[in-house]
Amino acid sequence: MLKLWLAEVPPRGKLYLALLLAALLAAPLFVDGYLLSVLILVFYFAYLGQAWNIMMGFAGQLSLGHALYFGIGAYTSAALYVHLGVSPWFGMIAGGAFAAAIGAFIGALGFRFKIGGVYFAILTIAFAEFTRILVDHLLFVGGSGGFFLPISGRSSNDLWTLRGAPVMFYYVWLAFTVGVLILCRALLSSRLGYFWLAIREDQEAAQALGIDTFRYKIFAVMLSAALTACGGVLYAFYNNNLFPSAIFSINRSIDMLLGAIIGGVGTLMGPIVGAFILTPLGETMTALVEPLKGLGAKLDGIKQVFYGLCVVLIVVFQRRGVWPWLWRRLGLDRGEGR
Amino acid sequence: MPIEVYLNQIASGVLTGLIYGLSALGLSVIFGVCKIVNFAHGEMMVIAMYAALLIFRWLGLDPLVSVPIVGALLFGFGYVMQAGLINRLIDVPDHMQFILLAAIAIAMVSGCLMIFGPDAQNVQLDYAYDSYEVGSLLLDKVRVFAGIAAIAVAGLLAAFFRWTWIGKAIRACGDNITGARVVGLNVKHLFALAFGLGSVCIGAAGCILLLLVDVQPFLAVEYTLLAFVVVIVGGLGSLTGALLAGVLIGVSEALAGLLIQPSLKSMFSFGLLIFVLLFRPQGLVGKRA
Repeated sequence: MLKLWLAEVPPRGKLYLALLLAALLAAPLFVDGYLLSVLILVFYFAYLGQAWNIMMGFAGQLSLGHALYFGIGAYTSAALYVHLGVSPWFGMIAGGAFAAAIGAFIGALGFRFKIGGVYFAILTIAFAEFTRILVDHLLFVGGSGGFFLPISGRSSNDLWTLRGAPVMFYYVWLAFTVGVLILCRALLSSRLGYFWLAIREDQEAAQALGIDTFRYKIFAVMLSAALTACGGVLYAFYNNNLFPSAIFSINRSIDMLLGAIIGGVGTLMGPIVGAFILTPLGETMTALVEPLKGLGAKLDGIKQVFYGLCVVLIVVFQRRGVWPWLWRRLGLDRGEGR
Repeated sequence: MPIEVYLNQIASGVLTGLIYGLSALGLSVIFGVCKIVNFAHGEMMVIAMYAALLIFRWLGLDPLVSVPIVGALLFGFGYVMQAGLINRLIDVPDHMQFILLAAIAIAMVSGCLMIFGPDAQNVQLDYAYDSYEVGSLLLDKVRVFAGIAAIAVAGLLAAFFRWTWIGKAIRACGDNITGARVVGLNVKHLFALAFGLGSVCIGAAGCILLLLVDVQPFLAVEYTLLAFVVVIVGGLGSLTGALLAGVLIGVSEALAGLLIQPSLKSMFSFGLLIFVLLFRPQGLVGKRA
């Protein structure tokens, strides 16, 4: 099946893809700790952007509360690990299932009551904020004081409990990013994927064709939520500390969609391209202003100002994102930019 | 607890709620006319608060006196934003507009963080601790002033929309954009005016709120969400609805703080929002679209 999909990618695209993958696989041999952490951040943006894209880009449902699913994954797996010693991989299953259930609940409420567009987006924010305040008061996960995972020596890598050095996390994040890309590719050529695209383009027409739009929109929310929760698990075990105000904040929800927006909503490579553009530029920005800080300038927010301006520029000048444009530039144009 | 405690708490909730209502009016006007969900609402409010703070520090003007100055500033900001940026993007899908404003919001709040730092700052007024005694009620002087100012600005706005020619023209654009074009209204200019007027509400609310709370960049998101809650609970596009819902939220927050735990108060607001969205999406006062 993989062969079939690869056949659709033009030869030059295959070459670029292979080169990129090889470079990323070999990267930890050459880069230092800082660059490694930047690359992990790139995967973080790419993976979560991809998960968000399933809901918005494929099924056309705007969520601005994905921090909720992220946090459910992070907190469920961390609580299971700290209190019961359960491996994060089982935590991931539990957190993913939990997030999917909550997603189905929110989706069902929203879609059943015909809450569309902007109102649905605000509903998702409301649920995320509601949960943030709730977790602030859940003492068995530390409340607002934060929840911490025990850090055992970073010298030995234990994949089973996800305790180890950044290099291990690098490969885990890379595997997840590639995995979700393949999954999305598979979805797009499945029945389900075609149903989603139909719903995105014209829900009433889709319904008229006999597609159970309610059901397939719920599927999109559930899958997107579960994948986002898996990202939350990785984040929890990589960062080892969780604060409700940071995990469930609306800024995290917005972070998740930045990559996809900049790269191109609804495209497969969009979130990845967006993440590769945003993160290094943001980090460079921070590094560039570092010397100015010594002069007493307060420049802590510069990265966010920059991200914000990037999105404004994209919306104004390159509405469909960078990837469709890049696709043509790279000479890959043989039809629609995917 | 004696009944006076509750009454006092309710009274202060009503007065604070009026400011929430005024701020939400700004969101409501912008949505009602331009059909833009102003995701940068709280950020604009924080900028207004900082402006009032600077005016107080430099010129010693009471934030209530600087309402017209800050209002004019915000009007210009809102007009330029709509005329220069958003008017060009009327045909983009809703979610892109949403994201555009969210991005502007991020840039604005981080800009504030860079300029003013993360610490909470406030104004010291000589009447800050005075209060009025009405029967057994004890009303803070600042809160009373704040409530009156909020009602005054909201009243002026309502009068403008009701009786002036431009106000009627703006309402016409909000009701039916094609019809407005047909009768020869300059829709883009009127949209920008509406965005500007909505921003005036935000600016005034920011100045007034500075009497009661310290300003801090990260509060912006909370104000945005609070205004969403108020506007949706009250009904989008309804002026009285926004004020009523503001008061309702103000009181419910005050009582939740008293009865349960202050930190849980916004959970009630969000609970109310979810409830209203599901069972009465047109809001308490609004008509079904």
